Amino acid sequence: MGIAVTIEHLNKSFSKTAAPAVNDVSFSVNAGELFGIVGADGAGKSTLLRMLTTLILPDSGKARVFGFDVLNDYRDIRKQAGYMPGRFSLYQDLTVEENLHFFATLFGTSLEANYHLIADIYKQIAPYKDRRAGRLSGGMKQKLALCCALIHHPEIMFLDEPTTGVDPVSRKEFWMILTRLKSLGITVIVSTPYMDEAGLCDRIALMDKGTILAIDSPANLVKRFPYDLYEVKASNRLTLLKILRSHQRVLSAYAFGEFAHAVFTDGTDLSEVNVYLSAAGQSGIIIRPVAPTIEDYFVYLLQP
Amino acid sequence: MNIQNYSPAPLAIVAEQLSKRYGDFVATDAISFDVREGEIFGFLGANGAGKTTAMKMLCGLLKPTSGKASVAGFDVHSQVQELKRNIGYMGQKFSLYDDLSIEENIRYYAGIYGLGRKEIRLKSLDLIETLGLEQERAKLVGSLPVGWKQKVAFSVALLHKPKVLFLDEPTGGVDPLTRRQFWEMIYEAAGQGTTIFITTHYMDEAEYCDRISIMVDGRIEALGPPAELKERFGAASVNEVFYQLARTANRTE
Repeated sequence: MGIAVTIEHLNKSFSKTAAPAVNDVSFSVNAGELFGIVGADGAGKSTLLRMLTTLILPDSGKARVFGFDVLNDYRDIRKQAGYMPGRFSLYQDLTVEENLHFFATLFGTSLEANYHLIADIYKQIAPYKDRRAGRLSGGMKQKLALCCALIHHPEIMFLDEPTTGVDPVSRKEFWMILTRLKSLGITVIVSTPYMDEAGLCDRIALMDKGTILAIDSPANLVKRFPYDLYEVKASNRLTLLKILRSHQRVLSAYAFGEFAHAVFTDGTDLSEVNVYLSAAGQSGIIIRPVAPTIEDYFVYLLQP
Repeated sequence: MNIQNYSPAPLAIVAEQLSKRYGDFVATDAISFDVREGEIFGFLGANGAGKTTAMKMLCGLLKPTSGKASVAGFDVHSQVQELKRNIGYMGQKFSLYDDLSIEENIRYYAGIYGLGRKEIRLKSLDLIETLGLEQERAKLVGSLPVGWKQKVAFSVALLHKPKVLFLDEPTGGVDPLTRRQFWEMIYEAAGQGTTIFITTHYMDEAEYCDRISIMVDGRIEALGPPAELKERFGAASVNEVFYQLARTANRTE
């Protein structure tokens, strides 16, 4: 398997006073991989993607896309890369079809030549092909943006938070499209703030404050969670976390959907914890082991 | 439900056959539900399902075409001003002024909500201390990390002690640790009796709510505690429940 992207000690700051946006980042992405960069707003995901797509220059460090250097060979990278920015950036006053023709022409190709690549997605927006892009719904805009980014048949796609603000049904459709691109041999690098999407990637990088905290497959990442994890439920969820944290053997406790997730020191007698919770006024107590998720591991890494 | 030892909390939101039409288009189609005081209620739906329209009616920003609703005891038709004074709102987009400091933002909003001079001073001190932002009080809000901004915005929305707090996708884009701190703030507020009405696209978020409703094409198609809905639909997550319901939707935005 070839290497699609290599990054070595990449740095980028936007001001001398603020913390760097990307701080000594190194990793590589295999050709044909569906690779996720997961992190909150401000983690540095967009800055990283914009350096890889040659839109901004790194302060230091090296990055290569299919062997091409982001500084010296930016023209070669731009021919091979498709980029879907986080903010909708097509021409609002051109129609759907005009936008597509425009981007095809820019790359010296035509809508017809690579139609097979976008056919599945384009079919869904084709009924609106004469509508101006600015008047499309959010989901439609996103599909058009993806078509425009694909029209020159890139070897690698960079997508910056393509599903932010999109409802679950459209999100699921979108991820099916990404999986299909992968099956066509296109390398896909996608950023997202959402943990549930992370599980759909071959490998993910967890990113926070400009640095990569961990990189691995979703299955391996959860194996790195170093404790036995328990889910706890009781009658008063509003006070449960505080009571749990007041117990001496609780290492950490945090909200997780309808449950609290908790880690205890080795050898903790759970029936004793149960009694403790009852004494504090809780009823209907459930304490049982649960498999950690990527989100649990991320929380673990972020805890001070 | 066991009626005998069930003592219901008073209702904070009541909607009966609430509808909004735009010509032939029924944005919100006769929805009925109620929310108890201190409850955390998740209001879910696909893009274009009618969530925003419904929420605007409940906030007194949009007149219903038909149906009834009251929020914090005030009628959405006839008591809009009183209603607005008794609710808080925190939007999807960050709702503080980037070029004011944390303290200035707090004082500004407190003033808008009609708090007195002395109260404003005490409240802003109190809030800054609770959030642990003593060092940052004079910093411009624009320079803060997203997570902090959201915590400040949440606290500001509670300044005037609203009976009902509307949260429109409040935790988008924050890291998982900050998100949990944010949920604890929500629990805290609910524990003190504030009713929380929250819209979100993110179904894992829905699992934190006491009850949720799922809107499809303007109507509420499911309503209940997350655990109960999962059982009813034979689904492992609220996401699956949502997907089963929403893929039948005919309309998009």
